[in-house]
Amino acid sequence: MRVTIRLFARLRDLAGAGELVRDVPEQATVQTVWNALKTEMPSLVAYEGTMSVAVNAEYSRMAAAVHDGDEVAFLPPVSGG
Amino acid sequence: MALVAVSAKRLDSGALTAELMAGAPGDGAVATFTGLVRNHNQGRKVRFLEYEAYEPLAVRALRRIVDEARASWPEVRLGLHHRIGRLEIGEASIIIVVVSPHRADAFAACRYAIERVKQIVPIWKREHFEGGEIWLEGATADPDDEEARQTAQRIACA
Repeated sequence: MRVTIRLFARLRDLAGAGELVRDVPEQATVQTVWNALKTEMPSLVAYEGTMSVAVNAEYSRMAAAVHDGDEVAFLPPVSGG
Repeated sequence: MALVAVSAKRLDSGALTAELMAGAPGDGAVATFTGLVRNHNQGRKVRFLEYEAYEPLAVRALRRIVDEARASWPEVRLGLHHRIGRLEIGEASIIIVVVSPHRADAFAACRYAIERVKQIVPIWKREHFEGGEIWLEGATADPDDEEARQTAQRIACA
């Protein structure tokens, strides 16, 4: 199945793209998507302990299941206001 | 006018206040917070800021803050608008307007809202300063972190 990965702020800069489309195995979780991404782009690992994740524009958790067509976002610590 | 919004347009607290007041005739208090782009930060001379948002989630997070505030202060009505894109020194990046029957709730809900914005709304600022540029990073966003929420509540009621 196929998911869209969204990256923001410095994560986007490190990856060189804000939107990536990747094939992931059935039964994948957000963690599965992240593991594949950090293997592809090791510099992203620095955010593992501080980022948040979202699925289809709702805050989510690494253990959450993802489905075909989902949008999975990885968010660095926020700095709005 | 939407009561919560994330947009590249210049913010207008007068229009947001009018919108909120129209829905609460007879209330006795309006508290407004306006966040501006400062010309200095951590010893750096700031040239301008660039704000980026994960817009659909940012709007949801702003709505959540409105709901949380109304759970604590049931009589308040809130509006929150955050601007994104390039902002020059002195321009408003956020406006929060709270209308309430009494001042205490208006002040408290307004303070609560800005503290929660800084905790859970997926918006980032890139600071362009004299000599470079840097993404600023604050809190790891977790709306279900009850300890963080209570910190905001304590600050609001201090």
